Amino acid sequence: MENQPTSVSQAAEPSPKARKVRGVIYLNPSRCKGCGFCIAFCPPKALQFAAEFNPQGYHLPRLANPDACTGCDLCGLYCPDFAIYGVILKYAPPAAEPAPPPGEGDSE
Amino acid sequence: MSEVMRMEPPGNPVEAFLRSDRMPHIWCPGCGIGTTVNCFARALLQSKLNLEKVAVVSGIGCTGRVAGYIKLDSFHTTHGRAIPFATGLKLANPELSVVVYSGDGDLIAIGGNHFIHAARRNVDIKVICINNFTYGMTGGQLAPTTPVSAISTTTPYGCFEQPFNLPYLAESSGAVYVARWTSYHVRQITHAMGEAFRKKGFTFIEILSPCPTLYERRNRLGDGLDMMRYFKESSVVRHGASTKEVGLSMQGPIVVGKFVDVDRPDFLSLLNQQLGRTLDAQYTGCERENVCD
Amino acid sequence: MKADPGGVLTGTHFLDGDQACCEGALAAGSRFSAGYPITPSTEIVERFAQRVPLVGGMFIQMEDELASSIAILGAVWAGAKAFTVTSGPGFSLMMEHIGYAAMTETPCVIVNVQRGGPSTGLPTLPGQADMMQARWGSHGDYEIIALCPISPQECFDLMIEAFNLSEQYRTPVFLMMDECVGHMTERVVIPPADQIEIVSRRFTKLPRAEYVPHRAGPDGVPQMVRAGAGYGFHVTGLTHDEHGYPAMNVETQHKLVGRLVGKIRDNAEAIVRYEENFLEDAEVIVVAYGITARVALRAVQMARERGVAAGLLRPVVVWPFPERRIREIAARPGLAGFVVPEMNYGQMVREVERCVAGRAPTVLLPHAGGTVHQPEAILDVILQVEAGRVSSASAGALAGASR
Repeated sequence: MENQPTSVSQAAEPSPKARKVRGVIYLNPSRCKGCGFCIAFCPPKALQFAAEFNPQGYHLPRLANPDACTGCDLCGLYCPDFAIYGVILKYAPPAAEPAPPPGEGDSE
Repeated sequence: MSEVMRMEPPGNPVEAFLRSDRMPHIWCPGCGIGTTVNCFARALLQSKLNLEKVAVVSGIGCTGRVAGYIKLDSFHTTHGRAIPFATGLKLANPELSVVVYSGDGDLIAIGGNHFIHAARRNVDIKVICINNFTYGMTGGQLAPTTPVSAISTTTPYGCFEQPFNLPYLAESSGAVYVARWTSYHVRQITHAMGEAFRKKGFTFIEILSPCPTLYERRNRLGDGLDMMRYFKESSVVRHGASTKEVGLSMQGPIVVGKFVDVDRPDFLSLLNQQLGRTLDAQYTGCERENVCD
Repeated sequence: MKADPGGVLTGTHFLDGDQACCEGALAAGSRFSAGYPITPSTEIVERFAQRVPLVGGMFIQMEDELASSIAILGAVWAGAKAFTVTSGPGFSLMMEHIGYAAMTETPCVIVNVQRGGPSTGLPTLPGQADMMQARWGSHGDYEIIALCPISPQECFDLMIEAFNLSEQYRTPVFLMMDECVGHMTERVVIPPADQIEIVSRRFTKLPRAEYVPHRAGPDGVPQMVRAGAGYGFHVTGLTHDEHGYPAMNVETQHKLVGRLVGKIRDNAEAIVRYEENFLEDAEVIVVAYGITARVALRAVQMARERGVAAGLLRPVVVWPFPERRIREIAARPGLAGFVVPEMNYGQMVREVERCVAGRAPTVLLPHAGGTVHQPEAILDVILQVEAGRVSSASAGALAGASR
């Protein structure tokens, strides 16, 4: 379940045992100048240059490995052009599920 | 089954600090100035300072353009004179937090005299000096920080002047907080800026930055990312190192860290102390009455 | 608005021009000065350094005039009324910041106690050779206001006027003293504070969302603001748009510089001030300012004693120059000519000539400085002009030697 392919704005539903922090990036394409800082300094190497480029001719970063993104926002901190930032994804609690009776195994 | 909360883009946390109507800015691809401004914005966010009381003063040059992009009371002054302007600003309204954000040429060449005197006096201003080893805005001329042997447009056969060791200069002039980082060290820069905000007195942070279009191109050092990799690989963190020993050389090792963090009464404290002592009850301070409403 | 009594040394005093100038600053509400020592201006800030801590302000001696001239601008943007003082060599160093003050519309007062020049010149002796520099010294197009006191009393009065004009028009204003007036000790009457009119800083009352920093009012002057008041404004010396952002294009340049220059030119009538003695029926018009005007008045009196219809026009505000008045007088029938004694080799005489436009001879009586003209020398020229023996062309031969 954890390795299902995902799109940029959606993460796979975590397994009950998963603790990994998941994140996503947002990009303002018109500001990007293709310097490559975000790609080079992303700790889990989640970013790559895209084939796509903006009207100024700069190749944009893309979240090539969205599973790897932890939302640490180092890309945001490095970006000299205020073009990209990362956020940690939050998960909604299960909706309207009855509370499990005490004693049954459940997620920690 | 859990669901991901579909979020609207929460907005870049630094956007509130930017004059968004002026983006994109003029700095080149791979220039490190914007990175340091990012750190500055985050440091301000974390600092809990009243942002209405923060003023940014810049001189002339690429780094001098910082003032124009930051959505605070900001002043783009004359070449080399950000520090005396900031001095007047701070002394006439001490509740302001005054940051001087400018480049190595502006602050240390033409501004050198003002730099050493403000440090000597321990005026309570926070100086952030982006050192890209050149005069970027005007096309890549020699700066007092250009390493020996580097090519610049005014030393086309290679620089031979000994450059300043900025932390040494700052410390010996009297700065109470002296640190050097590179634009690779984003978390450390943010932290150092926060420390400087909280520190009373003349604080100095030197931040090395790539200048891909001029310094690097003329010296065949690659692009911004190449320079950032050099910063990463050649930096050695030595907190408390003797500033005498942190001089830089052409693509040589870079000592980074916090070198000086001492306490000394700032200019206004000394002024108030001295006048209070000499004039007794006649002296009620210089701080009010300057606001002409 | 009335002056703050805390800074007003009400009473009758025996002060020199420098000291009176300091008192004028305090009476005007200035509580901040940054300066650098230079003869013969230093006493102004020495006194200020002594007086201002007692009324809630401060003086800082900066490391040079470059620093002083911009430190006061920083103080102004923090909300203070600020001034600095200097003389020739320091004045030259301040030129860039004068242009910056004009461009950013920063109200401030700069006092130049003129001494002999050029260069180091005569530090302890008078001159009047910086008059054109006050007007044109910085690069680019801009206008300034300059006043010229004739006595220690006027050093006090005109210092207040200088501050008022600077706040009214958001412009640097110059008090062009000279060493003679600066070091001359005379009776100075300082009235009670409630008799002194002060122009307060024209701070905006608009909320942040509506305030546009460089949008001018009907008189060409934008509303002012200060750091720390929550407006998040930007100030730059680059050519800028109404929001204060750099906008380096031809259209903005025309708009901005046109407004900055027009701000003073279009309000010149309200700013110009001059004094006239014996002018109603005068046929020989002496135009003089500062200490030279005192000598000139004596010469005019001596001429009148000889039955010559001489008169004196003394610009008090020297920049903008009283063009209209000169043109009016120049149009009088039967005018013998203008005599312009000044402690330089010909500066304000050019303005007189320009306004006279050839309708009558204009004779310069130059002086290299170091001491004032002798009244007899001025009288001599008055008599020659009256007798019709002098045209503008031969005026150059009248080098006013000190006798």
